[in-house]
Amino acid sequence: MDFDRTAEYAHKHSEEAGKKVRKMIWVIFWVLLAVTAVEVTIGLVWQDLGLNWSLVKWTFIILTLVKAYYIVASYMHLGGERKNFKMVVLIPFIVFAIYAIFIFLFEAMHLNLTDLMPLAE
Amino acid sequence: MSASTETLDNKKVWGGGHSPFGISYGKMMMWFFLVSDAFTFTGFLIAYGYMRHRFEEVWPVAEDVFTHFPFMHGDHPLLYVALMTFILIMSSVTMVLAVEAGQRMKKDKVILWMALTIVGGLIFVGSQAWEWGHFIHGTELGALQLADGTIVQWVDEAKNAFMIPGVADAITGSEAAAMIAQGTEIYGANLTVNEYGVPLFANFFFFITGFHGFHVFSGVIINFIIFVNVLKGTYEKRGHYEMVEKVGLYWHFVDLVWVFVFTFFYLV
Repeated sequence: MDFDRTAEYAHKHSEEAGKKVRKMIWVIFWVLLAVTAVEVTIGLVWQDLGLNWSLVKWTFIILTLVKAYYIVASYMHLGGERKNFKMVVLIPFIVFAIYAIFIFLFEAMHLNLTDLMPLAE
Repeated sequence: MSASTETLDNKKVWGGGHSPFGISYGKMMMWFFLVSDAFTFTGFLIAYGYMRHRFEEVWPVAEDVFTHFPFMHGDHPLLYVALMTFILIMSSVTMVLAVEAGQRMKKDKVILWMALTIVGGLIFVGSQAWEWGHFIHGTELGALQLADGTIVQWVDEAKNAFMIPGVADAITGSEAAAMIAQGTEIYGANLTVNEYGVPLFANFFFFITGFHGFHVFSGVIINFIIFVNVLKGTYEKRGHYEMVEKVGLYWHFVDLVWVFVFTFFYLV
C-alpha cells in the first residue's frame, strides 16, 4: 500500500534520458576532482611561490562553494526541484549561516586583538 | 495524476490533495533532516573558526600535523587527506549512478553501484581510523610542555633546544636546560594534551571529524540495509526506487560536509 502516494512523485526516466543524466554525472565528477586537485596543489605550493595568504584563503573558500553548488544542485537534484522547495531548503540555512559566521568570527577577532591572554589550562 | 501534469498555479497548489512541492513526504522529510544536520555541522565549524581566530598565535597549522602517508617516509602534507577526499567523491559518484539506474528500474545496475558505494564508504572510515591512530600516537620526537602549559617544539633529536610558538629564535643552553627540567615531554594528542599545539585543536579535530566519521559509518549501515532490500527485490515490487534516492541524499550530504571539513580543517 502506498498511503503517502510516493509512487506518484517518484522520479523516473527513459533509457534515452538516462544517457544524458549519466553524462552530466561524469562531467561533474571531473569538475569536482579538478577543483580538489587545484586546491591541494595551491595548498602545497603557495608558500614557495610567495602568494598572498588571504588571496589563497579566499580562493579555497570560493572553490569550496563551487564544489558545494555542484553537489547540491546536481547530485542531490535540488536544481531540478520546484522553486518553492528550493527556497524552503536554502533560505533558512543561508540566512543563519551568514549571520552566525559574521557574528562569531567578528567577535573572535575582536577578542584576539583586545585580550592576548593565552589559553587558560 | 502524475507530478508532471500538476498545475503550478499558486492558488491551486496549496489547495490540498497533492504535494505543493511536487515531491513525496519521505523525500521532503529527508531534506528537512539534512537542513537540521547542516545547522549542526555549521555550528561545529563556526565554533572551530571562533577559537582559531581567538587564539590565532598559538593555533597549530594543520599542514604540519597531518603529514603521514601509508608506506611512505617523510613529510607529505595534504596528500593523505586529498586521497580521502577523492575516495569520498568517488563513492558519491557511484551513489548518484545507483540513483540514476533506479530511475530506469535497472535492478542489476543499482546492485552494482550501491555495492561500490558501500565499499567506498568503508575505505573512507578505515582511512579516518588510520589518521586518528597517527594523530593519537604522535611523532617519534614528541614535544615539550613547559611548566606554564605552553607546548614547544624540539629543534632536533638532541632535545636540548626548543622553539616557542611566535618567537623567532630557539631557546638554547642553560636557559633551555632549566626550563626542560621543569617541563614534561609529551607524545601524540588526546583530549587533554596535544604535542602539536593547543589541546583545543585536538578536541575540535576529534569532535568534528569524529561526528563526520560517525555520519559516514551510519551512512554505510543505512546503504547496506537498502542494498539488501534491492537484492530482495522490494523496490522492484514497489514499482520505484525512491528509497535509493533518499539514502543517496544522505550520502551526498556526508560528502558535502567533508568538502567543508577538508577546507576549514586542512586547507585554510
